[in-house]
Amino acid sequence: MKKLAFIGLVAALALPATTNAQAPKKGGTLVYAISAETPTYDCSATDTYAGLHFLAPFYSTLLKFDLAKYPGVMGDLAESWTISDDKKTYTFKLRQNVTWHDGSPFSSADIKATYDRLRNPPTGVVSTRRATFADIASIDTPDANTVVFKLSAVNPAMLEHFASPWNCVYSAAKLKDDPQFPAKQVMGTGAFKFVEHVKGSHVAGARNDKYFLPDRPYLDGFKGVFILQPAAMLNALQGGQVMAEFRSVSPAERDRLVQGMGDKLRIEESSWTLNILIAFNTEKKPFDDVRVRRALSLALDRWGGSVGLSRTSTLRQVGGLLRPGSPMATPEADLVKFPGFGKDITANRAEARKLLAEAGVPNLKFELVNRTIAQPYTPAGIYVVDQWRQIGVEVQHKQMETSPYLAALNAGNYEVAIDFSNLFMDEPSLALAKYVSFDKAPENRSRAIDRELDSLYEKQNRSTSDAERLGFLRQFEARMLNQAYQVPLLWWHRIVPTNKIVMGWQMSPSHNLGQDLVNVWLNQ
Amino acid sequence: MLSYLANRTLMMVPTLFGVAVLIFFLLRVVPGDIVEVKLRGDGGTVTAETLEAERKRMGLDKPLPAQFVDWMTGMATFDFGKSMWTDRPVSEEIAARLELSIEVAIIATLIAVLIAIPMGTLSALFHDTWIDYAIRLFTIAGLAVPSFWLGMLVILSLLSFFNWLPPITYTPIYVDPVANLSQLIWPAAAVGYRYAAVVARMVRSSIIEVMKEDYIRTARAKGVYERLVVTRHAMRNALLPAITVIGLEFAFLIGGLVVTEQVFNLNGIGKLFVQAVSRNDFTLIQTMVMLIASIFIAVNLLVDVLYAALDPRIRY
Repeated sequence: MKKLAFIGLVAALALPATTNAQAPKKGGTLVYAISAETPTYDCSATDTYAGLHFLAPFYSTLLKFDLAKYPGVMGDLAESWTISDDKKTYTFKLRQNVTWHDGSPFSSADIKATYDRLRNPPTGVVSTRRATFADIASIDTPDANTVVFKLSAVNPAMLEHFASPWNCVYSAAKLKDDPQFPAKQVMGTGAFKFVEHVKGSHVAGARNDKYFLPDRPYLDGFKGVFILQPAAMLNALQGGQVMAEFRSVSPAERDRLVQGMGDKLRIEESSWTLNILIAFNTEKKPFDDVRVRRALSLALDRWGGSVGLSRTSTLRQVGGLLRPGSPMATPEADLVKFPGFGKDITANRAEARKLLAEAGVPNLKFELVNRTIAQPYTPAGIYVVDQWRQIGVEVQHKQMETSPYLAALNAGNYEVAIDFSNLFMDEPSLALAKYVSFDKAPENRSRAIDRELDSLYEKQNRSTSDAERLGFLRQFEARMLNQAYQVPLLWWHRIVPTNKIVMGWQMSPSHNLGQDLVNVWLNQ
Repeated sequence: MLSYLANRTLMMVPTLFGVAVLIFFLLRVVPGDIVEVKLRGDGGTVTAETLEAERKRMGLDKPLPAQFVDWMTGMATFDFGKSMWTDRPVSEEIAARLELSIEVAIIATLIAVLIAIPMGTLSALFHDTWIDYAIRLFTIAGLAVPSFWLGMLVILSLLSFFNWLPPITYTPIYVDPVANLSQLIWPAAAVGYRYAAVVARMVRSSIIEVMKEDYIRTARAKGVYERLVVTRHAMRNALLPAITVIGLEFAFLIGGLVVTEQVFNLNGIGKLFVQAVSRNDFTLIQTMVMLIASIFIAVNLLVDVLYAALDPRIRY
């Protein structure tokens, strides 16, 4: 097994040299697997990666993440931008040679219409990013190539939000005719034109010959095939029916592919902007008692679990509320000071037993609600049940399908649950939103109300100084992990397999980024 | 016969209405909310107002009886509504998959019939000989081995021995028959084996029983050739229960190949059914249940009509 992993690692390390050494070739059709089918064509109405792996090649965004310099951002439809000294005005100069797939010209009015729809959706239109852009006070278009966003308050995350891959830019003329147009048809300014979507089967796109970047895209087209069953996806990759799966595979699946495909396969790995959380329902006794929550967090051997679970699941890094290794993440030296993050598990468990005894529940029993999704929910659930058993806590592990699972969590019909945080970037305002009080953030599964956390969140969100912001973040994290309303178990690890003929695709810590396929080419 | 057909067709209405009532209200008892799954299933931070607005847009805020009346009115006018997950017409969602599922069912039925009838007959005519034992072993294995597992073996064998896999996306048979059959023959064979085993055992036991009947003895006493005794006198009667099984299996295959479809990545009705259930896509589930119930009823009717064609004693 070690040998297989070594081969994979070597393959990954060899990538940059190979990519740089060869000039991109034009032509060919990229065929890749998508492990879910998008629920909608409207980027504003969804948060699932399945939407982006389908839609991103057809659309452009105002900015996008520069994956070579992640988390830096770069222009997509914007050629350049400036931010005013008070950090409340963002002025974007737009590209002038952009046309829509129907041939009509692109202008600043399209950006305005798109963002107006995002922040203030008309009746019947769903915008899951309405709150994200609530700080935008006005959008002005002084000329066809300039757009000015004025904010009502400072928001240090706003530039990154403009680079969100979900903010597909739509035609103002089409939106004027029908605000629901993006949900019905796919028409953007992206590198590929929509060809077909065969429901349940695949999506296909063809090169946009009038794409605004010269000589791009390299591909003639692409085909995204929906393959829901992991074994079928592995077979398809091994058999050459598909050339890549851009979300992730598990370590065991990676090893099977390496064994089956040998030097035809490239494996790229990265830490992932996803984590598994343990959520304690603070409205249920005894989880309203901080000693009980802290004891259960103390009992988890995260460092040992990181070693063991990383062999069998997509879980790997120990981290706090921000992705380990990301610019604002808590360093390990500070992290180990939080309850449950120290490396002396014997001492942690002794402390946990003491806290449970003090709280009057030395023989605690409860039900752990989890999802039926295998990776990484099932191994995570099994692991924590075993960890708690070691301090005398008896847990019944109840796995549920996604729909009843979400229903149980949202209604508060659970005691302790395996939850998750799914981000597309390492931005604290996005990452910490899940932990503010339940009356402000319904996605806070612990249902805790903590005004100190709310205040710290607001302060970091309005801070104009990075150092000051970092200070508030540390305080927020310390408060959160000490109160242990929701505690991270481990962060996920992304493993992307591609056939070596696929070139120019860039790995990143988020499966939501880098799917516009502009720079992808086939070495065949 | 015509009045019988008319009566049976009319009887479909209350049967389907009963199915409709049952499925509609049972689904509403199941916990879960499609809006939550759709907008928050991947961890999205969506406000409660957005969720509520989407529920309203889908008509989920209306009282249940009003929702039922809306659905029934739509059904009566062949407007099956829109999928709550994709917002596309349910008829479009189903039509894209139905063609493939029906084709797999037809190919599997052909495979099953071509294998089962000769094997079942041979097994009956040579019962308690090595031929019978070999066929029984073959059929018992067919019943014991799950179709999806056989499918996995087929896929892995094709990959290991020939480094080849069938096409991954569906091409209609009228567009490219070779591509179509090279994709569908493998899953059809995998499910056809079990199907053949069920039918072959039915044929065998029926023929053994029929061969003991008085009219067979009479035919033999009259000096009729043994081949004619079997084909003309025994088979026609012995096939009646086999036809019932073939009909039921065929109807089952339309929507029941859930795991096999996933193994072969087939875009069929079974996979759609599972997706719809996991997402609480009520309108899609309801329409699919009604479709499958209609297929079962139609196949049963066809089987009854075939009874009359095969057995001169049966008249409606």
